[in-house]
Amino acid sequence: MKTNDVMLKTATKVVTFIILMFAVHIFFAGHYTPGGGFIGGLLTTSAIVLLMLAFGIDTVKKILPINYVVLSAVGLLIAIATASASIVFDVPFFTHAYDYFDLPLFGETSLHSALLFDVGVYLVVVGVTMTIIQTIGEDE
Amino acid sequence: MSNLLLFPILIPLIVATVLMLFPNKIKMQRMIALIGTIATLAASFFLIYKVFNDGIQVVTLGSWPAPFGISMVSDLFSALLVATTSLIVLFVILYSFPTIGLKREQSFYYPAVLFLMTGVNGAFTTGDIFNLFVFVEVLLMASYMLISHGGQRQQLRESIKYLLVNIISSALFVASVALLYSVTGTLNMADLAVKIPQIEDTGLLTVIAVMFLVVFGFKAAIFPLYFWLPGSYHAPPMPILALFGALLTKVGVYAIMRTYTLFFTMNIGFTHELLAIIAILTILAGCVGALAYFDVKKIIIYNIIIAVGVILFGVSQMNEAGVTGSILYLIHDMMIKAALFFLVGIVAVIFGTSNLRQMGGLMKTYPLLGWTYLVAAFGIAGIPPLSGFPGKLLIVQGGFEGPQFWGSIVILATSLIVLLSAVRIFIYAFWGEPVETKPLKKSAYRAMLIPSIILVAITVVFGVGAELFMPFIMDATEVLLNPSLYIEAVLKE
Repeated sequence: MKTNDVMLKTATKVVTFIILMFAVHIFFAGHYTPGGGFIGGLLTTSAIVLLMLAFGIDTVKKILPINYVVLSAVGLLIAIATASASIVFDVPFFTHAYDYFDLPLFGETSLHSALLFDVGVYLVVVGVTMTIIQTIGEDE
Repeated sequence: MSNLLLFPILIPLIVATVLMLFPNKIKMQRMIALIGTIATLAASFFLIYKVFNDGIQVVTLGSWPAPFGISMVSDLFSALLVATTSLIVLFVILYSFPTIGLKREQSFYYPAVLFLMTGVNGAFTTGDIFNLFVFVEVLLMASYMLISHGGQRQQLRESIKYLLVNIISSALFVASVALLYSVTGTLNMADLAVKIPQIEDTGLLTVIAVMFLVVFGFKAAIFPLYFWLPGSYHAPPMPILALFGALLTKVGVYAIMRTYTLFFTMNIGFTHELLAIIAILTILAGCVGALAYFDVKKIIIYNIIIAVGVILFGVSQMNEAGVTGSILYLIHDMMIKAALFFLVGIVAVIFGTSNLRQMGGLMKTYPLLGWTYLVAAFGIAGIPPLSGFPGKLLIVQGGFEGPQFWGSIVILATSLIVLLSAVRIFIYAFWGEPVETKPLKKSAYRAMLIPSIILVAITVVFGVGAELFMPFIMDATEVLLNPSLYIEAVLKE
């Protein structure tokens, strides 16, 4: 018998975007409040996993054609590059820098190079967890 | 170039990450992995030069002052080990080309080797006890992957054991660090060395010292904790085995040497005597195994355990001769174990088995292999001009000068057993009636033999020219025996 999953699919369409927005919020909040790259990455993964549960792995692969192994490698490279940038300026490895910028929409914002490192962490977390879930899910 | 000491960690890390991007382009993988290891080797040699001329190199990450940031410290001891590691990984990669097989190369083999190298080099360089834990995990993760890489039946069975043992010992590591932190309130090794003598409760510190001995003993395979090693190391293919045999246990040995000379010196009468007794028992246990088996891999694997005992016995004496001997023997042992596994690997490929009883008569068909193996076997036993001799001589001298003179006698006696076990492979595999062998392509044979011969040649140079290397080794010993040099370098006001 074919099960009817209209409810699940409809709810997923709405909830996924809420989860993704929350993931972005948590990610950027990390410097001053609880949150950061790791939990942001996990939340993003949970949104994608919800899509997979509702629509199946193959459909999600079609709408998000991402090679997650490459994604985690890229994240790792971003993290290493942020940390290694300090070598160019001949200060100890991992020395970060920050400054205040006048951004068009946000007004005066402090931007810190730790954010770039967190982007790396975020991508690695998404890449690794998705690789795990995909490989186990596709295993016959 | 204050960041020079990070290069041997960073180069393999970056190269490994880049290699993850295109797993199927084998030629590129090989080329880039080779270039990366050569660059690491060059950086580590430059680091030795720099440390030898300018003293201990320290970087505290993120420009934080010393006890608050993570310090990376490179004294001659760690710089020498980093250089040896880089050298061995270079040869392992060269030896992997003809042996590891296309399928394995396509599934992230070279990235795993380079991540392992990152972890080992990091563990040798770090000056922070928790960072040491992290780097140990980095190398363990890579080793989990390598031990199960290829997914043969035996490998899967043994990797479960290996995983279980290492997860338990890692959990114990975290518990020990937590206990140490609750007592001292710091994680920086130099700061620990300052704080620990100020604490009156030496009983608790002795307990922590013994806990660390158990933790690192699991990694280094000392006497009651070595049970996982023979089975686990028997499973993976030869280049991975050479990598493990040469590097992994040595990280545990290094960690024991570092902690027991730098900060656990408050109750030497108990902790170091315990270390000496365990070291001697380790040697005896290894000897029993080395004699018991008729399997070429197993014989060399048990020789790893013997060497761990010999090195730790030298450290436990805490005198100049003993520690100098340990450093010399540690470097020698890393190289000679890799070389022996390479050679034994060729023998096993030629016969298609690692069972000694099914071998014989290789001397006529492969004389060069035979003579190279004989030199390596004499090297491991410590026959005078070769590389095992100066280290063992100094360790024995240290034992006679120190409190455990009987240990030196055991080491001298067991050297004969080591020689017997290594030469037995020679007698069975190279003498006697020729046995039918598997056809081996000339080019593949040459590609396997050349890195092995070069590595054996390097160990011979290391033994014959020991006098040349002595200034470096003596400098390394000086830092180990005078923790104040280390502390001043890190915590410079």
